[in-house]
Amino acid sequence: MTRPARLAGVVVIALWCAQTEAATLRVGKEEAIQSIRKAIDIAQPGDTILITGGVYREGNLRIEKPLVLLGINDPILDGERKYELLTIASSDVTVAGIVFRNTGRASMHDLAAVKLLNVSRVTVRDNRFEDVFFGIYLSGSSHSHICNNTLQATPGNEQDTGNGIHAWKSHNITIDSNVVRGHRDGIYFEFVTSSRIRYNTSEGNIRYGLHFMFSHDNEYRHNMFVRNGAGVAVMYTRGVHMINNTFGDNWGSAAYGLLLKDIRDSEVVGNKFVRNSAGIFMEGSSRITFRENSFTSNGYAIRLQASCDNNTFERNNFSSNTFDIVTNGSLVLNTIRNNYWDRYEGYDLDRDNTGDVPYRPVSMYSMIVERMPVAVLLWRSFLVFLLDRAERAMPAMTPVNLEDNAPSMKPHDLG
Amino acid sequence: MTRIVRYIFIDILRTRFTMLYTLFLLVSTFALFHLDSDPGKVVLSLLNVVLMVVPLVSIVFTTIHFFNSYEFIELMLAQPVARRVVFLGEYMAVAFSLCSAFLVGAGVPLLMFGGGPGAWTLLFSGLMLTLVFVSLAFLSSVLTRDKAKAIGIALLFWFYFSLIYDGLLLWIIYSFADYPLEKVTLALIAFNPVDLARIVMLLQLDISALMGYTGAFYKNFFGSNSGILFSAGILVIWVLTPLWIALRVFTRKDL
Repeated sequence: MTRPARLAGVVVIALWCAQTEAATLRVGKEEAIQSIRKAIDIAQPGDTILITGGVYREGNLRIEKPLVLLGINDPILDGERKYELLTIASSDVTVAGIVFRNTGRASMHDLAAVKLLNVSRVTVRDNRFEDVFFGIYLSGSSHSHICNNTLQATPGNEQDTGNGIHAWKSHNITIDSNVVRGHRDGIYFEFVTSSRIRYNTSEGNIRYGLHFMFSHDNEYRHNMFVRNGAGVAVMYTRGVHMINNTFGDNWGSAAYGLLLKDIRDSEVVGNKFVRNSAGIFMEGSSRITFRENSFTSNGYAIRLQASCDNNTFERNNFSSNTFDIVTNGSLVLNTIRNNYWDRYEGYDLDRDNTGDVPYRPVSMYSMIVERMPVAVLLWRSFLVFLLDRAERAMPAMTPVNLEDNAPSMKPHDLG
Repeated sequence: MTRIVRYIFIDILRTRFTMLYTLFLLVSTFALFHLDSDPGKVVLSLLNVVLMVVPLVSIVFTTIHFFNSYEFIELMLAQPVARRVVFLGEYMAVAFSLCSAFLVGAGVPLLMFGGGPGAWTLLFSGLMLTLVFVSLAFLSSVLTRDKAKAIGIALLFWFYFSLIYDGLLLWIIYSFADYPLEKVTLALIAFNPVDLARIVMLLQLDISALMGYTGAFYKNFFGSNSGILFSAGILVIWVLTPLWIALRVFTRKDL
């Protein structure tokens, strides 16, 4: 044999050995191994455990070596309302196709269906979570994928309902195409950086659809946040990229489509805000670009507190909102330009598609309502109509500089 | 009594005014539906018609009609017919013709194009406001013998309820902004049928903006069954009270 051929042979044999090393263990009522715990015990690192259909009540399972757990025919892991189900304390673990049910609830420990403890390269995909306390809980983990999971809980009150996908002190996480319903916060991040959150649906959660703090440089794309108790709240973060998300139907006295508190150097682009009490509420936020968003049928499209500066609003569409923009001060440090406002009544003599007179999105009556909420009672009365007209002719109460100097005559085509 | 109502009704039809009124409502509603594809927005624009035009037309038309048929009333009273019957007959004929004009003019296009749940509330508010302002018109008519004066009083009623009252309300809210005003304003609103109708509509149209604490309070109140009964009841009281006073004055009056 020539030397290259011999080398090739060695490589082939080595590969074959490696393959046989990764054995497959079947767990099931009719299989040799009947308990998952036993399978995990005897499995070698890199093995695959196939769990066939059936209900498994095995308390807390802890994985401390790289394994692949695959469910076949929807095996159910039942926590009997007492235990945390799966604790992953090893990197390179994959969990797929399993139904997690009835974890315990506790006020001291965050019992989760799947908990990742200080690990990397873990994949949790195609699982179902029914009535669990915390769904997927990442702690100090990185480079992991959470995708195609469905989480459904029965909401109680805020104290005894956990978050759907909860991440703490993690980085480079991908959360993709999950559906979270009925939890406390749909997706919760604290100290999570450089992560991607895409195509998720967070719906009907009792607190926030998405909630994060101190989570820099994350990207949120194509997510749906609808009918959550108080919408989406994000705080104390820089480098947020929110692109093409939908914020809808967040109704209530303290509900927001998107609440931005102390957010800096971020972009909010191409999102839809539909039927929220307040589309965007922002406070103490700076250097954010709002571009090509559409605000439709909100109570307040934007509540811009005077503590915000250097933000830019351009090429957004505002239609059918009760109030377009409301602010609480007269100082204006933000740029508003080239948006479409359905209330704009100006003209365009030079036909360049931008109006020739500026539009003032803050109506006088919204200022009155901001100061005296009871005054909302007179909204849409003839008196208020007259007051608003008079104010538009001669601004006295509204901030004079808060205006769009080049309002678009037609709605922008935002797809 | 039915015969009197029928005579007066035919008489009103002959003046063609109700016809024009129906046509006006019909054309404006259709035009709104063609200009705007969103039925919610059309209901909003129609709200202004209902709150401004309907009361104005009702009150002015009724006052003018009353004085135009003064001779007829006198003739009827020369017959053995009770004053009450003649008066209520007049009221029913006028109210019926204006209500049907409103129903045909605004109701038919609304039901054709489908304005959602807001449409029903709008029609109900429009009908109630018509009845209230017809009552008020009868009151202003029996208060004086001078037609011009009566129209003046009628216009004052309209002006008061659609503008002056709101101004006073805003002034009260402004002056007492530091106090919890929810219940007080609720009571004050009951004293103005236009405001009441507007708020009932508002809760259907601008719910999201109203959902602050105040909004939640009103939503809870007017959204509940007792709240609906309350607003309907108050509107009925607004129909009956001026009518009753007018009837008392009319039966004792030296014609």
